[in-house]
Amino acid sequence: MNVPYAGGMDVRTDYLQEIRLFRSMAAKCWFALLLVVLLVIPAVVEGYLVYLLALAAVHIIIAIGLNLLIGYTGQISLGHAGFMAIGAYASSLLMLKLQFPFLLAFPVAGLIAGLFGLLLGFPALRLTGPYLAIATLGFGIAVAQVLVKWDSLSGGSIGIHPPKPSFGPFILSGETHLYYLAIVMMLFMTIGAANLMRSKIGRAFIAIRDSDIAATAMGVNLTLYKTLAFAVSAFYAGIGGSLFAHLVGFISPESFNLLVSIQFLSMIVIGGLASILGSILGAILLTALPYFLSGIKNLPMVIYGACLILVVMFEPHGLRGRWGKIRLYWRLWPF
Amino acid sequence: MHISHPARRTSDLALFKAMLAQLIVSGLATGSLYALLALGLVIVYKTSNVLNFAQGEMAMVSTFVAFTFLETLQMPYLWAFLLAIVASFLFGAAIEVALLRPATNPTPLGLIIVTLGVQQVLYGAAGWIWGYDTKTFPSPLSDTKIYRLGRVVLSEVNLWILTASIILMVALLLFFRYTRVGVAMRAISQNPTTARLMGTRTPWVLSLTWAIASVLGAVAGMLIAPITFLDPNMMLNPLLKAFAAATLGGMNSLAGAVVGGGSLGILENLVGGYLTPELKDSVAFFVIILVLCLRPSGLMGRHYRRRV
Repeated sequence: MNVPYAGGMDVRTDYLQEIRLFRSMAAKCWFALLLVVLLVIPAVVEGYLVYLLALAAVHIIIAIGLNLLIGYTGQISLGHAGFMAIGAYASSLLMLKLQFPFLLAFPVAGLIAGLFGLLLGFPALRLTGPYLAIATLGFGIAVAQVLVKWDSLSGGSIGIHPPKPSFGPFILSGETHLYYLAIVMMLFMTIGAANLMRSKIGRAFIAIRDSDIAATAMGVNLTLYKTLAFAVSAFYAGIGGSLFAHLVGFISPESFNLLVSIQFLSMIVIGGLASILGSILGAILLTALPYFLSGIKNLPMVIYGACLILVVMFEPHGLRGRWGKIRLYWRLWPF
Repeated sequence: MHISHPARRTSDLALFKAMLAQLIVSGLATGSLYALLALGLVIVYKTSNVLNFAQGEMAMVSTFVAFTFLETLQMPYLWAFLLAIVASFLFGAAIEVALLRPATNPTPLGLIIVTLGVQQVLYGAAGWIWGYDTKTFPSPLSDTKIYRLGRVVLSEVNLWILTASIILMVALLLFFRYTRVGVAMRAISQNPTTARLMGTRTPWVLSLTWAIASVLGAVAGMLIAPITFLDPNMMLNPLLKAFAAATLGGMNSLAGAVVGGGSLGILENLVGGYLTPELKDSVAFFVIILVLCLRPSGLMGRHYRRRV
C-alpha cells in the first residue's frame, strides 16, 4: 500500500508500513539502480578506488554492527576493535594453521567473535553508561595486549599475512574479486540488520535503549536481549574483521588499537545514531577522508574529533538527520 | 624436610621484608601519579556526570606548554611550572565553557563523545605543534640521587612525586570539605537542580571543576615527563591506569581515587616484582574487570538508585 504524503516527515498509518523493508516503489527502484552501479564500478574506475570501495564496504559492516549496539540498544562500546581483531585473527589462523577452507573459516571467525561478544555481554548486564565505557575500553586494549604477548599463536607485534580467500580451486586475488566479495557481504549484512530491526528482537533492543526498566516491565527479557545485542554486534565486527584481514593482506595488533575503536564510533556518530543509512554514510565518509587528506599527518584525526564535537552540539542525528531535513525542506518547498 | 640455619633464615626474612618495602614504596610513588589523574576524572564525573576521556591529552598538552616555557623561552624551572599550572587552569575552564556547556540536551553518551572528540583534536594538534619525536623533559630533580629510609631507597624524583601529590591531595580534600566552593561542588554532584535553586552558580562551579581537573593532570604530567618521555602518546597508558584507579576506588569518591591509585601502583609493582614484569601493564585491566564484575561501585563509591 502506498499512502500519499500526509504532513510530517515519516508518517505511518498502519503496522505493515512500520515494518516493511522498502518504504516505496521508488525506494526499490533506487536500490536496484544502486546494485547495477556497484556491479559495473570495477569496470569503470581505477584499481585503487576499487580497493577503497571494498574497504568502505568492510567498514560499513562493522559500523552497522556497532550502531545496532550503541544506536539501537543504547549500550556503549569502546572496544569494537577487539572484536574486529578476534574475527581477523580467527579467520587467518584457521586458514593458516588448521587449513580450513575460506568458506568455513569466514563464518566461524564471525561466530567466535560473536561468542566473545556474548561473554562480554554478561558483565555488561550490570553496568551502565561510563562503567560500560571503561569495561569495553579495557576489553579492546586487553585483546591487543594478548595478541602481542601470545606470539606463538598470533605472530606477536610483527603481525601475520592472511592467505587469499578461495572458493574451492577459484582463488580470489586482486582488488576486483575482493571488491565483489566485500560488496556482497555488505549487502547481506545490511539487509540482515534492517530485517533484524523490524523484528521482535529489534523492537526489544529499542525498548531497552529508551528505558531498560520500562522494557522489563513490558516483558522484555533484559538478560537475553542485552547479551544478544552484544553478540550480534560482535558477530558483525568479526565478519568485518575477517574481510578486513583478507582484503588488506596484513594484520598486526597495531591494526586494532584504541584509535580504531574510536574511528568506528566516529563513523556512527557522524553518520547518525540508530540509523542504518547513517552508518553507511558515516563509514563511506570516514573511509574516504584519510585518502583525500593524506598530505598532512594527523589532519584526519583532528577533523574526526572536531566533527564529533560539532555533531553532538548541533546535529545529534548526524548526516542522516541532516539528509532528512534537506528532504523535508524540498518536499515542503516553497513553504 | 629441609631446615635452614637460623641466622640465614632471619637474613632471608629481612631481605624479603626489605624487597617488599621497596616495591611498596616505589609503587606508591607511581600510584600517586595515577591518583592525581584519577582525582581529575572523579571530580569531573562527580559534578558534571561526564567521563572525561580527554583528561590524559589535556595533561599532555599542559606538559608540552611547560616544555615550551622551559626550552624555547628558557624560563627558570619554578616559573615555568607555575605558569604552566595557570595555563592549564585556564585551558580546562575554556574547554568546559566552549565545548561542554553548549551541548544542547546532553545525554551521557553525547558528553562522552564530546570528550573523545576533544581527545582526538588535542592528540592530533599536539603532533603538529610539537612534533612526533620523543623529547626529554628537563628537570632540576635527579633520578640517580637517592635517599635512604632504613632499608628502603627512594630517588629524589620519586620523593618529590610523593610529596607533591600528597600535598595536592590533602589540599583538595580540605578544599572540598571546608570551603564554600567545595561545598557547592558537592551539592551540585548530589542534585544540580536543587543546588541551582539554592543560589549556587552551577555553570561557574562546573568550569572551576574542569579547571582543577586540568591542573591535577598538568601536575601529574610534569612529574611523569622527566621519568618517561615527552611525546603525544605519553598519557595514553597513564590515563588507562587512572581509569582503573578511579574504578577501583569508586567513580564518585575522592578518597577512593587516592586509595585506588595507591593500591593500583603497589599491586602493579608487586606483580612486576614477584610474578612477571610482562604482566605489569595488564594488571590495570584485570582490576577493571574484577571490580566491575564483583563491586561496580568500587571500594569507596556510593551507589545511587535511579528512577525510571
